[in-house]
Amino acid sequence: MSALAPTARTPSWSRMIGRTPALAGGLGLFGLFVLAALAAPLIAPFDPILQNTDARLVGPSLAHPFGTDNFGRDILSRVIWGTRIDLQIALIGVIFPFLLGTAVGTIAGFFGGIVDTVLMRLIDVILAFPFLVLMLAIIAILGPGLTSFFIAMALVGWVSYARLVRAQILVLKTQDFAVAAASLGFGRARIMFRHLLPNALAGSLVFAMSDAVLVLLTGAAISYLGLGVQPPLAEWGVMVSEGQAFLTTAWWITLFPGLAIVTLAFSFSLMGDGLANLLGVRE
Amino acid sequence: MHRYRFVLFRPLHFLPVLFGISVITFVLVRLIPGDPARVILGTRATPTAIANIRAQYGLDEPLWTQYFFFIRNLANGEMGRSILYKIDVLKLIATRIEPTLALVAASVLLSILIALPLATIAARNQGGLPDQIVRVVSTLGIGFPPFWLALILIIVFSVRLDLFPVSGYGETLPEKLAHLALPALTVALSLSAVLTRSLRAAMIEALASDVATAARARGMPEGVVFWRHVVPNSLVPTINLLAVNIGWLIGGTVVVESVFAIPGMGQLLVRAIFSRDYMVVQGVAMAFACATVLVNLIADILTVALDPRVKL
Repeated sequence: MSALAPTARTPSWSRMIGRTPALAGGLGLFGLFVLAALAAPLIAPFDPILQNTDARLVGPSLAHPFGTDNFGRDILSRVIWGTRIDLQIALIGVIFPFLLGTAVGTIAGFFGGIVDTVLMRLIDVILAFPFLVLMLAIIAILGPGLTSFFIAMALVGWVSYARLVRAQILVLKTQDFAVAAASLGFGRARIMFRHLLPNALAGSLVFAMSDAVLVLLTGAAISYLGLGVQPPLAEWGVMVSEGQAFLTTAWWITLFPGLAIVTLAFSFSLMGDGLANLLGVRE
Repeated sequence: MHRYRFVLFRPLHFLPVLFGISVITFVLVRLIPGDPARVILGTRATPTAIANIRAQYGLDEPLWTQYFFFIRNLANGEMGRSILYKIDVLKLIATRIEPTLALVAASVLLSILIALPLATIAARNQGGLPDQIVRVVSTLGIGFPPFWLALILIIVFSVRLDLFPVSGYGETLPEKLAHLALPALTVALSLSAVLTRSLRAAMIEALASDVATAARARGMPEGVVFWRHVVPNSLVPTINLLAVNIGWLIGGTVVVESVFAIPGMGQLLVRAIFSRDYMVVQGVAMAFACATVLVNLIADILTVALDPRVKL
């Protein structure tokens, strides 16, 4: 087989990244957040939850570049430690819907028939609910917390991936290479996962990046509402809500964690745009 | 008029979805661990009240019979009582519709006012500096958490400039409008980030369409081509886009109502979660889902009304 196969392009990663500045910028920015999360104990100047009664509500200064909150906790240190939780929110919150949705979409698209019809109706119904409302309803039942958030995310988030992958599979399974694989006597599972799925993934990979933005914002919003990560943990949404009571006097408590969310979200958007460019995916 | 006959039949398409919505909201509350009667009544339930609820919801019957009771009660306009407010959930929701509807309407209007000029500038200068700026700003804007944006707007417009009230809703129309200004701006900014990107893409497509080329060939100035052919042709995608994003929009209002303490359905939902008022959670989720379905129906009708080629 390999002798007949066209010479595979082996594009070097560095060259591919160089061609799409959006991807390079996004990866760089994202890398900084990963670094901050890993090195939090080393680079954070203060303990994120240690209270200091001598330094309450101090504005941005040399000692505290982002200021301190009403407990005298250093905002910069809390933002850095918060990277750990919010990166988790975005990554875990995307990976389960991605896996579940891809599996469901592949099966629905490949087998068609009653399986497909039932799954698509289920997706229609889930999509009829406003995303956040269904998330909140599920969290209401499971009780507040990060675990509930991840479960709710998996239960609600898979539908978009399933739709995307299914649409791709429907097109791909009629194409020559799929028909050829079937006529060679390959099993269904092999055709589905080795031939169709890899070709169907580009679109959902790009979508996963914009989904990461949505998941991050949702996780932070649910924590802001008091239904996700609980204080005193340093999560950015929690920090914003803690700053709300001091809006008139200490704006920095609110401003900086929000900027962190915006920046991380921007890095996902850039990576998404870059990947779409690179893989030739139209959004 | 026969083009609009589908308005009569289209709702039938949505029946399976409505059925699904009712099943999901029904199942949600049954999933709560413990005795459903106690869940429905809260912790301070009396034995008589529990017996009444058992009879009303058929809680001793099998699950599908319970679902039948649920639908029968719903048809009678009863969804169960709120533990906190002591009135029927549907009546409670009815009192909360106005602020939410006003917020959604104001947000949509504002977001179009923001997105339309931005998309126009970007599409007409495709690849140029204004286009690049609009694209970066809208990409950034998608990542703005509404709850944080709301607080930043409060700092700027309420604390510093003292222009708008910080929270609440007010009694008279001018009061309500003043109270809605910042919440609507918050939701509109989030929405217009999404809207600008898609509207720009729709306009670029329309600029390259045969209609536009033909108009140019007839010697029509580019500005006239734009306003007479490109903008109207971008309208239908925009309406469908708004319909697709209605879920995102409602999510935004849920959060923003909580930030600004606006007594709408979103704030009702969040408070109900904290007070374990499950009947209210169920009712609001269902109401929002039905509203989404209704918006999609309206978008279908508008599409047919605006584009003579579309037949449904």
